[in-house]
Amino acid sequence: MKARTDDIVARSASSKARERWERETLEPALSQSPERPGPFTTVSGRAVERLYGPEDVAEFDYARDAADPGEFPYTRGIHATGYRGKLWTMRQFAGYGTPEETNRRYRQLLAAGGTGLSVAFDLPTLMGRDPDHDLSLGEVGKCGVSIASIADMEALFAGIPLGEVTTSMTINSPAPMLLAMYLVAAERQGVSWQALAGTIQNDILKEFIAQKEFIYPPRPSMRLITDIFAFCMDQVPRWNTISVSGYHIREAGATAAQELAFTLRDGIEYVQAGVDAGLAVDGFVPRVSFFFNAHNDFFEELAKYRAARKIWAHVMRDRFGARDERSWKLRFHAQTAGVSLTAQQPYNNVVRTALQALAAVLGGTNSLHTNSLDEALALPTAEAATLALRTQQIIAHESGVASVVDPLGGSHFVERLTLDLEREAYEYFDRIDAMGGMIPAIERGYPQREIAESAYRYQQAVERREKIIVGVNGYVDESPAPVPTLYIDEQTAERQVAGVGEQRRTRDNGTVRRTLDALRRGAEGQANTMPLLIDAARASATVGEMCDALRDVWGEWTETPEI
Amino acid sequence: MPRPRVIIAKPGLDGHDRGAKVIARALRDAGMEVIYTGLRQTPEQIVTAALQEDADVIGLSILSGAHNHICPRVMDLLHEHGLDDVIVVVGGIIPDVDIPKLKAIGIDGIFLPGTPMQQIVDYIKTHVQTGQET
Repeated sequence: MKARTDDIVARSASSKARERWERETLEPALSQSPERPGPFTTVSGRAVERLYGPEDVAEFDYARDAADPGEFPYTRGIHATGYRGKLWTMRQFAGYGTPEETNRRYRQLLAAGGTGLSVAFDLPTLMGRDPDHDLSLGEVGKCGVSIASIADMEALFAGIPLGEVTTSMTINSPAPMLLAMYLVAAERQGVSWQALAGTIQNDILKEFIAQKEFIYPPRPSMRLITDIFAFCMDQVPRWNTISVSGYHIREAGATAAQELAFTLRDGIEYVQAGVDAGLAVDGFVPRVSFFFNAHNDFFEELAKYRAARKIWAHVMRDRFGARDERSWKLRFHAQTAGVSLTAQQPYNNVVRTALQALAAVLGGTNSLHTNSLDEALALPTAEAATLALRTQQIIAHESGVASVVDPLGGSHFVERLTLDLEREAYEYFDRIDAMGGMIPAIERGYPQREIAESAYRYQQAVERREKIIVGVNGYVDESPAPVPTLYIDEQTAERQVAGVGEQRRTRDNGTVRRTLDALRRGAEGQANTMPLLIDAARASATVGEMCDALRDVWGEWTETPEI
Repeated sequence: MPRPRVIIAKPGLDGHDRGAKVIARALRDAGMEVIYTGLRQTPEQIVTAALQEDADVIGLSILSGAHNHICPRVMDLLHEHGLDDVIVVVGGIIPDVDIPKLKAIGIDGIFLPGTPMQQIVDYIKTHVQTGQET
């Protein structure tokens, strides 16, 4: 009792002290020299005060709101030793052209010190189309690597021992197909699935919300995801079956609070789907992972990650009754914000990326991709990709920030932001829960509209010069110097089209037909689709063929266009 | 002066629509009639929409690198349908080396990252006015 009274007295004294400061020091300073016009807002538009002191986090309770790292609710980190124990994984997203070219880039990245692989696929692959499909014209190999069949998957990882590296595949609608191919490739390398570790993004909800790389309608899409949860629990226990993503939601224009809220609410939707499919929470949730953006506003971003860990711990324990602490611990990958990088004065992007990466590290990210300076122009050159990796290595080994766990914890500003973001996320949860969940919310266009609003508001702020983007609407260079860029020509398409033609000629087409028929029948019923997809992958069925088989069963989802 | 009728289209497989939607809204707020086609439109679908909507302008949002395939196809189809007066503008990621090719087929308005919304509004207003005056 006395401690609480002391506390109240201390806070009251602190408010009085602040009032005195405002009267005696601030006011005279302002009359002598007014502040810059501002507004002083984060990139999300959140207003920030000039000063934060103890009175601004009066309700903060260390044990409840922060706790030491490695202890519930993990605000300060999921590992007691932080980066002293293990640095974050330096996992650079890469992929372009043919599997052979991308294989070379992976080996370069590993030789340069990258500690994990991350696959970027081209649009035909992402959309479940073969390289020779009409819709693939002009698109093969341009935004990522073209993977049409198991032969391509094997070529992608030629000379890379899948039992010794971890691979993240950024693939969503056809995630089951690509995972099936990866498993077969591993099998052919002699690697047991029990030993295999990696991640598939496999987050369809954010496709409906932001990235729009959907194929099937929402409910069959969720079934594919829970099939993967169930299959991997048993057969590929070290595999992260999903990377619930906020990155794309943020890139599409969301604020930090919206990114946080929609991502975690998507996570809730997936966990509920798993439970509804009959899976034990602690059976699959430990392999649910997350993926956040690392955007410009330094403090808002690192507070966002801290809030994310705290919210997820509570939601898993209190809403879902998870008992295993691995279910409570949010693990995430972060990527610096592509959308913040400029085509003008591209070298400025090295600085932006470094600051964003620093925020992610100070927020305790478990894995990180740093963008290249040519992000707004093309896929990265080898030199730009290496510099991006060096950025992480310099932070890790030269900045000193990796020596202390959650070093900014306790900052009044950081704790205030963490509490505010947490509260705002729960407000969004309530709204979405009231709509019946994320799928009904998506069907009525709610998150999509929120994001479009935020995007438009931000653009208006930029054009009113309330937000200065160096090199774009301020400090403009009238005679820009070009930087070398990667250009992908149509040779990739020619090679990939020839390759897939070759596959179709040399494989046993009877077996392919049989496996695709079994896949269709399984999808129509209750079977787990993964073993059926693996059979098809082994038979050299193509991505397009496997996806078409499921298109036959479920049709395609189209979005009602809305401005 | 009738309001410019603008189709904003996302051709090809790419679904990244932030720019297309922001521009569509800016044009609408500037008083234009805007029809947003939505995602994954073929050149055929886009030109059909232009015909049906009596469009003055087609705005293509292309970030995927497929512009060298999509743009000539759109221009050819417009020609086939006698829609040579339709102004085509492109926004997105277009390598410098490809810009002359687009200009050569009649796409003069190419808006790269960092372009202010107002610049696009002004371009369309100017070019549609000029078109209507001839």
